[in-house]
Amino acid sequence: MTTRSVSAFLAPRRRLQLAGLLTPPVLWLGLVYVVALAALLVTAFWTVDELTGQVQIEWTTDNVVEVLTEALYRTVTLRTLGIAVLVTVLDIIVAVPVAFFMAKIARPRMRHLLVIAVLAPLWASYLVKVYAWRALLSSEGLIEWAVSPFGLDTPGYGIVGVVLTLSYLWLPYVIMPIYAGFDRVPDRLLEASADLGAKGWTTLIAVVMPMIRPAIIAGSIFAFSLSLGDYITTGIVGGTTQMLGNLVYANVGAANNLPLAAAISLIPIGIILLYLAAVRRTGALRSL
Amino acid sequence: MSKSPSRTALRAGIATAAVASLAACGTSDSGSGSEAAASLGAAEGTVSILAWPGYVEDGSNDPEVDWVSAFEESTGCMVTSKTYGTSDEAYQLMQSGGYDVVAASGDLTLRLIAGDLVQPVNTDLLENYDGIFDFLKDKEWNSVDGVSYGVPHGYGANLLMYNTDEVTPAPTSWDVVFDKASDYSGKVTAYDSPIYIADAAMYLMTHNPDLGIENPYALDQDQFDAAVELLKTQRDSVGEYWSDYLKEIQAFETGDSVVGTTWQVIQNSITSGNTEVVLPDEGATGWSDTWMVASDSEAPNCAYAWLDYIASPEANAQATAYFGEAPSSQEACDFRDDCEAYHAGDAEYAEQIWYWTTPVSDCVDGRTDVECVDYSEWTKAWQEIKG
Repeated sequence: MTTRSVSAFLAPRRRLQLAGLLTPPVLWLGLVYVVALAALLVTAFWTVDELTGQVQIEWTTDNVVEVLTEALYRTVTLRTLGIAVLVTVLDIIVAVPVAFFMAKIARPRMRHLLVIAVLAPLWASYLVKVYAWRALLSSEGLIEWAVSPFGLDTPGYGIVGVVLTLSYLWLPYVIMPIYAGFDRVPDRLLEASADLGAKGWTTLIAVVMPMIRPAIIAGSIFAFSLSLGDYITTGIVGGTTQMLGNLVYANVGAANNLPLAAAISLIPIGIILLYLAAVRRTGALRSL
Repeated sequence: MSKSPSRTALRAGIATAAVASLAACGTSDSGSGSEAAASLGAAEGTVSILAWPGYVEDGSNDPEVDWVSAFEESTGCMVTSKTYGTSDEAYQLMQSGGYDVVAASGDLTLRLIAGDLVQPVNTDLLENYDGIFDFLKDKEWNSVDGVSYGVPHGYGANLLMYNTDEVTPAPTSWDVVFDKASDYSGKVTAYDSPIYIADAAMYLMTHNPDLGIENPYALDQDQFDAAVELLKTQRDSVGEYWSDYLKEIQAFETGDSVVGTTWQVIQNSITSGNTEVVLPDEGATGWSDTWMVASDSEAPNCAYAWLDYIASPEANAQATAYFGEAPSSQEACDFRDDCEAYHAGDAEYAEQIWYWTTPVSDCVDGRTDVECVDYSEWTKAWQEIKG
């Protein structure tokens, strides 16, 4: 009864319908997301009581100045940025051939199996996968066993371990958009290119690449931004390595200094905004 | 182009919401200093406990491990508990309130007392307090000016663990992780917490007496800088820092780490690989945990009942055995068969342990002519050491 009367009431009132439909998501986005982010940014300009560790609303730029001037944060920012870029490049190098094979060469049955194979790791917990890499990288692990006949050693726990693990973790997020990008390239363009006498390599560079460039950039956003904020992987396979996320974590947890943590978190936020602005100019955001 | 009215209104709305939510997370004044209870009344029926994992087990993790049910049956106080992973997390939770009892290590207790988050404890009201080892009572981490703030629970030392195949001869000094650390470059491990700076300071007490360090938790700027310098040198040889004890067990089993700080429980848990632990000549840092009562507790009678119960020999034996540390009383050893491994009751062994204490600017060693480096500086320095 009431349901019917509500629908009768709403039926002629289009604007009310729209308002009812949009209010929950807008509230979510506005209050939970934007306000939380704003609160974080504002906290960077507050301070903490030395004795009790409570946040005090005293406006100061000390935290931001400290983050911008101290060598520690510069070193860690450069290291984090380097790791994120390396992970992104590695992922793209691996993802492009895989995605090309999936989209253009594999038969439909094979293609489905490959899509499942690429997505399957996402079903396993992040932590399980990182701990698996910890075992792989160990001095008694599979990698040591595989490379020791050639006189090499496992890279062990450190920056190399972090890069390898993060590349593995984010690979599905890079393969999928590039696969979709290749899928959108019509086969007849490849045939036309061949008919006109272009070799495979020329076709790839002159015909395919311009078309999948937005897809590659879309994939890079995932790998880059996810690497930039990671701290758990570093804690497990990073040895003594610190990334920006670890500094934020240490300041929230061990130091109980939320304002400084907020100030540090401004660095990755700034980097990501710059990156997204650059990406936006390429038009790749539309193909996400 | 001017903004449309509706968009302006939307922005105003969001701004209002933002201000309201920010104001809500403002600070609150702490109450005035609280007094210890003079007598006990009827049980309130519930008690909320904040503790390290493994301290408050009611059988839900392992049906065999349960000392809470017996407490609930005998006192009628129903227990709800929450665990924490670091002393700093516990501090934040205590600030948010809602807990009657907290199990705090020595690097947390003084902060809780200074923040007026816990109340003094009248130990005369606790039957089982008398049985507790004397060397655990009225220490700088569980009492202030002779007023007790809690009941000792258990203690242990941060020992030196080494791989007997790789580290020969058997070390008797911490120099294998400091001055001689480069011999094991890439395979040294250290505890990942600012409080580890105290380990370096303790080492310098013996090896650089000119610095005049009396207590590794009371360091003036010069002494602190020397300890930090030592740790920066050590870092070149460190393979990884550990705070998750399962991670360290694995690292020693696989040989990724061959020498470094450890806990007795880790040695007990290692199943493969040849490892040995030792309490080196310089002594060791360690922890001694204290049960405390929140200053705003709404169930002080049940809180006291828990403090008394967990200090009773059988319950204390169960809880400390499960965690892997020495119990607080000799009687508790009647209920455990591994007391020897933990050197329970060995006052001489306990004397060699520098228990975790919060470094504050009023030097805890009693010096008044200098200002000591406080914990927030320790934290900052720890991040710099790791680089």
